[in-house]
Amino acid sequence: MGTIKSHKGKHLSYAKWGYIFLIPFFLVYCIFSLIPMLSTFYYSFFENYMSGLNQIGPNFVGLANYAKLISEGDLLKYTANTLIMWIIGFVPQIAVSLLLAAWFTNSRLRLKGQGFFKTVIYMPNLIMASAISMLFFALFANDGPINNILMDLGITSESIHFMSSTWGARGLIALMNFLMWFGNTTIILMAGMMGIDPSLCEAAEVDGATSMQIFTHITMPLLRPIMVYTLITSLIGGLQMFDLPQILTNGLGQPDRTTMTLIMYLNNHLFNKNYGMAGALSVLIFIVTGALSIVVFKTLTSEKG
Amino acid sequence: MEKEKSYSAELRVKRAICYFVLLLLTLACLFPFLMLLINTTRSHSAIQQGFSLVPGGSLAANFNNTVHNETILIVRGMLNSLFVSTATVVLSVYFSAMTAYAIHAYDFRIKKAVMNFILLIMTIPTQVGALGFVNMMTAMNLKNTYIPLIVPAIAAPAVFFFMKQYMESSLPLEIVEAARIDGSGEFYTFNAIVLPLLKPAIAVQAIFGFVSSWNNYFTPALMLTKAEKKTLPLWIAFLRSADFAKFDMGQLYMMIAFSIFPVIVIYFLLSKFIVQGVALGGVKG
Repeated sequence: MGTIKSHKGKHLSYAKWGYIFLIPFFLVYCIFSLIPMLSTFYYSFFENYMSGLNQIGPNFVGLANYAKLISEGDLLKYTANTLIMWIIGFVPQIAVSLLLAAWFTNSRLRLKGQGFFKTVIYMPNLIMASAISMLFFALFANDGPINNILMDLGITSESIHFMSSTWGARGLIALMNFLMWFGNTTIILMAGMMGIDPSLCEAAEVDGATSMQIFTHITMPLLRPIMVYTLITSLIGGLQMFDLPQILTNGLGQPDRTTMTLIMYLNNHLFNKNYGMAGALSVLIFIVTGALSIVVFKTLTSEKG
Repeated sequence: MEKEKSYSAELRVKRAICYFVLLLLTLACLFPFLMLLINTTRSHSAIQQGFSLVPGGSLAANFNNTVHNETILIVRGMLNSLFVSTATVVLSVYFSAMTAYAIHAYDFRIKKAVMNFILLIMTIPTQVGALGFVNMMTAMNLKNTYIPLIVPAIAAPAVFFFMKQYMESSLPLEIVEAARIDGSGEFYTFNAIVLPLLKPAIAVQAIFGFVSSWNNYFTPALMLTKAEKKTLPLWIAFLRSADFAKFDMGQLYMMIAFSIFPVIVIYFLLSKFIVQGVALGGVKG
C-alpha cells in the first residue's frame, strides 16, 4: 500500500514539471501577445485619434468605430484589393505546384536533377520580401532593365509604365508572391503525394488507367486534406500581405490606392495614431483569420485520426 | 512490341516538355537575382544606359560607396539584423523545445487543452495585436530597443508544433525514464539528454527562424526609429522612400544585394537540410 502511494506521489511530482516547462511560453505569450491583443480589442470601442497635435479621446463610443470603418467604404476596397492580388498569385501557384509535384513523384517519368530544381524553386521563399520588392521596383522601373530588355528585343517600342497602371502594379505583386511561394507549395504537395500508397496507383495502372485518370481519381481525392491546408494557410498569409505592396508603392498603394492592402491600411492608422480605427480594423481581421484558423486547426487535428 | 515503342516515344516527348517547363521556372527564379548581381558590378551611368549581361568593373567602387555611405548605414543595419536574428533563434528554438517537451514527456490534467490552445493561436497574425503591442512597448519605454523583437520569440507556436512532431517520431520516452533511474533531475535531463537528441529539428528550425527574423519588416518598422538601431528591411524601406532620381543606382543594387545574398549563400550551403525541413513541416503523422 505504502509503496503504491509513494509511486503515485512520484508521478504527481513529474506532472508538476510539465507545468513548470510551460511557464516561459505562457508568460511571454500573455505579456507580448495576449494582453496587447485584448487591449487592441478594448481600444476599438474608444474614440481616440490625433487631430493635428491634439489627442482626441479616449472617449467610449461603443461600436461607432466599426460603423465608421464599414460605412467609409475604404475597408471594402482594400479587402477586395488584398483578395484580388492573392487570387491572381495563388491560382497559378497551386496549378504549377500541383503539376510539378505530380511530375516529381511520377515513377514513370523519373525526372533527373530533381534536387537541383527543388533547391532553386524554393529559394525565393527565403529572401527578404521587402528586398525582392525593392529589386522589382528597380528592375521594372520606367527606364529600368526590364524595359531596356523589352525595347532591345523589339517587343515594345516605348517603355511600359508597369507601376502606374492598376493591373501592372497588382500583377507585379502577384508575380512576386507567385515566385516566392510556388516552390514551398510544390514541396508540401510532393510530401503529400509521396505519402500515398503506391500500390493504389499500381493497381489502377494494371487495370489500364491512364496517368491522367490516376491523378484525378486517386491522387487528387487523397490529397484533399493537404490541399485544404495549403489553401487556407495561403489565404491567411494573403490577408496579411504587407511587405511587397508596402515597399513597391512606398506605402501609398499606387495607383489610386488599388494596391492598398488591409494590413497597409492598419499600418497607416497606427502611424497616424488613429487608435480607435486601428483597433476596430484589427478586430475585424482577427475575426476573419480566426475563422480560417479553425479550419486549419480542424485539418491538423483530424489528420492524425 | 509496337505499342511499347510508341509508349516510350510518348514518354520522351512528355519528359522533354517537363524539362522545358522546369527550365523556364528555374530561369524565372534566378534571373532577377542574376540581374541584381550584374548591376552591382556596374556604375550608375552604365546602368542608366541600359541592361547588359556583361558585368562591369565597378564592383569595388559600389561596395566602397555603400560601406562608407553616411546616411544609409547598411553595414550597421546588417550587424543589427544579425544580432536580433541570432538572439531570436536561440530563444525560440530553446523555449519551443521546452514547451514541446512539457507536452510530450509529462502527463498532466490540462495537457490536451494546452496543446489545442497553442495549435489554435498558431495562425493568428501578429498584426492584430500590433496596436496594443506598440502602446505597451511605448509605455514600458522599450521603443528603439531590441527587446520587443527578441523576447516574444520565446512563444513561437509554429516552432513548438514542429518540435512536438519531431519528438513524437524520434524521442522515445524510455530514454527519459532511464535518465530518471540514473538520478538525473528533470531540468538536467532536458538540457543534457533531450536537447542533443533534437539536433536535426533544431537545425531546421534555426535556419527558418533566422531567416524569418532577418526578413521581418512589420514589427521592427513600428519599434525602431533611430538610425543606429535600424535593421536591414528598414533601410530597404528607407531606400524606397528616398528621392530615386538622385540616387546612385550602382549603390542601390549593392544595398539590395547586401540584404539578399547572405541568405542565398547560406541557403545553397544548407539547401538539402532546408528542403527536407519544409517537407517535414508540411506533413504530419
